Amino acid sequence: MAMRLFYHLGRYYILISKVFAKPERYWMYYRQTMRELEFQGINSIGIVVIISVFVGAVITIQTNYNIESPLLPRYLIGVGVRDMLLLEFSSTMVALILAGKVGSSIASELGTMRITEQIDALEIMGVNSAGFLILPKVVATMFFFPLLTVLSLIVGMAGGYMTTLLTHVATPQEYVYGLQYVFYPYYFTYALKKMVVFAFLITTISAYHGYYAQGSSLEVGKSSTRAVVHSSVFILMFNLILTKLILG
Amino acid sequence: MIEVRHISKIFGGTRVLDDISVTFEKGKTNLVIGKSGSGKTVLLKSIVGLHEVDEGEILFDDRDFTRMSFKERKSLRKEFGMLFQGAALFDSFTVEENVMYPLDMFTDMSYAEKIERSNFCLHRVDMDGFNSLYPAELSGGMRKRVGIARAITLNPKYLFCDEPNSGLDPQTAIMIDKLIREITEEYNITTIVNTHDMNSVMEIGDKVVFIYEGIKCWEGSREDILNADNRYLNDFVFATNLAKTVKEIQNQRKRSKA
Repeated sequence: MAMRLFYHLGRYYILISKVFAKPERYWMYYRQTMRELEFQGINSIGIVVIISVFVGAVITIQTNYNIESPLLPRYLIGVGVRDMLLLEFSSTMVALILAGKVGSSIASELGTMRITEQIDALEIMGVNSAGFLILPKVVATMFFFPLLTVLSLIVGMAGGYMTTLLTHVATPQEYVYGLQYVFYPYYFTYALKKMVVFAFLITTISAYHGYYAQGSSLEVGKSSTRAVVHSSVFILMFNLILTKLILG
Repeated sequence: MIEVRHISKIFGGTRVLDDISVTFEKGKTNLVIGKSGSGKTVLLKSIVGLHEVDEGEILFDDRDFTRMSFKERKSLRKEFGMLFQGAALFDSFTVEENVMYPLDMFTDMSYAEKIERSNFCLHRVDMDGFNSLYPAELSGGMRKRVGIARAITLNPKYLFCDEPNSGLDPQTAIMIDKLIREITEEYNITTIVNTHDMNSVMEIGDKVVFIYEGIKCWEGSREDILNADNRYLNDFVFATNLAKTVKEIQNQRKRSKA
């Protein structure tokens, strides 16, 4: 068990050192990065928006349910929605969702390239296949995922606002006041920092599983599943570590 | 010229290649034949460096590939062209982008020059007008032809083909074989083709090497193969009616001359 762990850690380290080797042609890597921004970033906007708007609405109703006391002001609903989105949902939960969507896509793409010998073709040409295929994904996700965090925050808060209009749990004015009440800007930077780390973890762990896939299409499916599971576990682990480091 | 000297490759205790020595000559189509699982692909992948050999040397025009540093190997690989069994075209690139890829990566050509060169290569394999299609939109034979076009874009000194006509109809297979032979002669390159297709042997085999269970059992020309005195080779060659018929015709001619 311990030997297997060290084997995978060693191979992961070797892969990462290849990924960050000097690119052969910067403009080719730039072009790939632009493609990846579309595939991994822009194509993820839809799912982030849908989930965030509903979660924002649900948090609003749940916070109202938990502060039934007439002594507690209604604007606390806005405070609760803002802080829950900022501290946990828009970074950690969105990262878990992206681990499912982007992680499986990266692992299956690279796994398919491996078993159809496309990676071998790159190696034979003298191209650093790990660098060319993985570095643009890492750059694109580390740049774009924090933007998705910001989007999730905005849309989640908007979801809460719509709930106040439709259900009268608080007046919209109270809700907006709550959103602005005692705001700590470093909560925002904390969420962004976490997302940058999560983006790196999702991309490199998924790429590791895809890049070293062997055998048939069945194995590609398995490596894709492993990518999602391992990415999710590492996101939760690093969430704890980063929270302790930044807020603790 | 590629010289393979006493190479062996072991996978998990099994000797997949055992003390193989062979010389692949320049300007000729060198065929490596053998049953599925005999070690042909491992030999080819060992020659191009996708597998590290456990013993022996591989020399490309007297340059020892096995002792080269990572950088030197990378540089030498720019002289390689390879056609894979499934063509291994990049799925997310169009036909034109696939063929232009080596030029984009390793040359300082202008965009117009790259387009001209890729069009020339596509024309050479009779694939004009398919530039904007994706690999998924092509047939197996078309993919192989694009694979050849990509392999020759940088004017390679060495061309490697792994089962180039597997999964193709006989007509397309012969067309691919002829294309490989024409390109080999036209550019005077050293070509190694892995195959288990006797049609290919008869069509293009300037030199034939027979591998049986990881051991080189026989080498010679396609003219000699039907009269070789090797039990394993004969079992392989005469498994098809084509070889039997050719042999019978040869014998009939000999008898009528006598």
